Amino acid sequence: MVKQLSWKVGGQQGEGIESTGEIFSIALNRLGYYLYGYRHFSSRIKGGHTNNKIRVSTSQTRSVADDLDVLVAFDQETIDVNYKELHDGGIILADAKFNPEKPEDTNALLLSVPFTQMATDLGTSLMKNMVAVGSTCAVLNLDVEVFKEVVEEIFARKGQAVVDKNMEAIKAGYDTTVEQLGKTDGLMQLDEADGKKRMFMIGNDAIALGALAAGSRFMAAYPITPASEIMEYLIKKLPELGGTVIQTEDEIAAATMAIGANYAGVRAFTASAGPGLSLKMESIGLAGITETPLVIVDTQRGGPSTGLPTKQEQSDLMAMIYGTHGEIPKIVLAPSTVQEAFYDTAEAFNLAEEYQCPVIVLSDLQLSLGKQTVEPLNFNEVEIRRGKLQDDLPEIDSKEYFKRYEVTEDGVSPRVIPGMKYGIHHVTGVEHDQSGKPSESAANRIQQMDKRFRKIENVKFNTPVYKNAPHEEADLLLVGFISTRGAIEEAITRLEADGLKVNHAHIRLIHPFPTDELMPLVASAKKVVVVENNATGQLANIIKMNVGYANKIIKYNKYDGNPFLPHEIHTKCKELF
Amino acid sequence: MATFKDFRNNVKPNWCPGCGDFSVQAAIQRASANVGLEPEELAVVSGIGCSGRISGYINSYGFHGIHGRSLPIAQGVKMANKDLTVIASGGDGDGFAIGMGHTIHAIRRNINITYIVMDNQIYGLTKGQTSPRSSTGFKTKSTPEGSIEQAISPMEMALTAGATFVAQSFSTDLKDLTALIEQGIQHDGFSLINVFSPCVTYNKINTYDWFKANLTKLKDIEGYDSSNREQAMQTLMKHDGLVTGLIYQNTERKSYQEMLHGYSETPLAKADLNLDQAYFDKLVEEFM
Repeated sequence: MVKQLSWKVGGQQGEGIESTGEIFSIALNRLGYYLYGYRHFSSRIKGGHTNNKIRVSTSQTRSVADDLDVLVAFDQETIDVNYKELHDGGIILADAKFNPEKPEDTNALLLSVPFTQMATDLGTSLMKNMVAVGSTCAVLNLDVEVFKEVVEEIFARKGQAVVDKNMEAIKAGYDTTVEQLGKTDGLMQLDEADGKKRMFMIGNDAIALGALAAGSRFMAAYPITPASEIMEYLIKKLPELGGTVIQTEDEIAAATMAIGANYAGVRAFTASAGPGLSLKMESIGLAGITETPLVIVDTQRGGPSTGLPTKQEQSDLMAMIYGTHGEIPKIVLAPSTVQEAFYDTAEAFNLAEEYQCPVIVLSDLQLSLGKQTVEPLNFNEVEIRRGKLQDDLPEIDSKEYFKRYEVTEDGVSPRVIPGMKYGIHHVTGVEHDQSGKPSESAANRIQQMDKRFRKIENVKFNTPVYKNAPHEEADLLLVGFISTRGAIEEAITRLEADGLKVNHAHIRLIHPFPTDELMPLVASAKKVVVVENNATGQLANIIKMNVGYANKIIKYNKYDGNPFLPHEIHTKCKELF
Repeated sequence: MATFKDFRNNVKPNWCPGCGDFSVQAAIQRASANVGLEPEELAVVSGIGCSGRISGYINSYGFHGIHGRSLPIAQGVKMANKDLTVIASGGDGDGFAIGMGHTIHAIRRNINITYIVMDNQIYGLTKGQTSPRSSTGFKTKSTPEGSIEQAISPMEMALTAGATFVAQSFSTDLKDLTALIEQGIQHDGFSLINVFSPCVTYNKINTYDWFKANLTKLKDIEGYDSSNREQAMQTLMKHDGLVTGLIYQNTERKSYQEMLHGYSETPLAKADLNLDQAYFDKLVEEFM
């Protein structure tokens, strides 16, 4: 019996590799296992190697597994590209159709199973994925019946006959593999799971749910990998709540339309990835100087330019903090789990209205697209706070503007939305006075700049730094942000087992930087390793700039397009001691 | 009820004396009063350039955005609050150069807003460079040998993009322009009104006199039918686009918001932000 295992299915893009993984995962999730998925895919629809690696565990994991137990291969390329991940005793389940060959330098067991042939015999080769799922059941000694519910849901629309055929395909894959193995109790078996019902979702789903829970009823967006799922989910749900998503003509329209809608009083937002964010920069500056609330999600991917559009990277950090010309107040959040993606997105709408500035929710491809088991989300934790939005205004002379940019102690001015009597004012991206009229006066410029930056002097955010810091004096502090959390946590478990005292800090409020929160942890550690998916160590540089201790900060950068694996971080850190 | 004077504020425009934009400003103020609006029920969203300043010169809610983006901002405002009357405005550079992508798509989308372009065929605020509306051969600081590019024909372009309301006017025809803006506001869908608004400082070719000599009023063309798209296109081509009046109106096609599935009857800006716990639970269940 094992507590966890790692399963991967691979083949050509467009062959149903993703749905195979999906069916496998949903069924196991419902048994109470914790799943964590990683999709390797390319920026094309048909053809090219793709795979879906899924980790199954009896406890929560938030990282891709170091190695692999079972590899399901629909072509030789899948074997050739992935076999090195298989540990000794690993299994390759390969479609007999392509006469699979086992590389010489592996001790894995290769079973050639006629996935395609059996599916074709049952009616259509499309069901080869189901045969493969059945074959997996035989290896893992899983009852094929656990797939029945999922198959019924997926194929219900197509009728009972299709449901039955697919179940037959799973059973056929199971039977054949049992026959080949010569036994019914499989080769490896997972500990029983707790049977609890949990959500199974990607980070983008949680971001979309967070927006709904926060009262967002309008989204303007342009399709882009890896952000599109957010708009695709909301276009299904928002009409049920009277709202909608507009797919705009470009990224600039998406940002500016969201600005217009926010100005007019709706919690509107947009979501994109690097190339889109580059195009939105001028708009972000507009939201900054006009003090219009604006939530923008950036699901980072490999840059620059088109870069690695389907690969993991965390290289937008500096651009998100400093991007747009000129200087504006801005808040940048970086959720590190799917749950946090939900709560932080919801909170982003509060912060945007309270501080009247752009709020960027910084995700990355692995958090946005990695499908995983998620503990229950607590709807009651979501608050709605609208800051200084006014609902009742005193009478003023009809020709006087409302002082939308009134200089206040905390820098935040009363805000009104169009349609309100006595609230008329002008909004402009030109520097302006307290009533919104353009002004180039030096004194006014300083007054308005200072007022805008005063707003974010004391940004209140629930957990600016996630800390797991049991040691008062640590040998090592590991720092990361967004999806690296799971890999860092696993590396720490191993480093502690090696006898090192290791603390962990995961930065959730990127800007304004939570210097006071992080400083003691940096100060009390002998060495600090900053783990990030970019080439230049952007987070490490931010920490050096804000916290100091430059001489003990070590950069650990990975920028090959893949997420960190726990063993990589473990090895790197061990080398330091 | 508000009069046009209620749409005046105490800001003095920084336009050159004689600029055509003064008349556009006056026409918007008159049209707004004539259709029965109160100042707080109007939002004017403008782009960048001399004409972009107009949102600050009308006593209404005003949003002066970034270059070329008045339309997406204005559409966002309208999506958020469909009870507001929304006018987008800017110059020919704003709408037909840097913002052309938005213009075409706002026309296609047909959200119920009015877009008024102040067309002076030159870049004024940057002190005299060619615009996409400049005629071939037009000499400017950026085209010292004369422009060798073809000028855009915005009215023909609008027709091919599926516009439901296309009109053109001349800034000195205050009465006609006011009436067209009223019609545009009342049109249920996207209305495009291109206004020849001469730049007295940098355009010495397309002057007030030039327009007076070259413009044809559609109402003077016998049998002109503004519901006939084919005739509209032919007339524009015949007169090289130099016509004024209501060029085309399609009253049959519904506006974007009317066609939108599930769109709230109450303005989104007034909607309850709170989700029902049962609804949230249903969403969660879908992921299990």
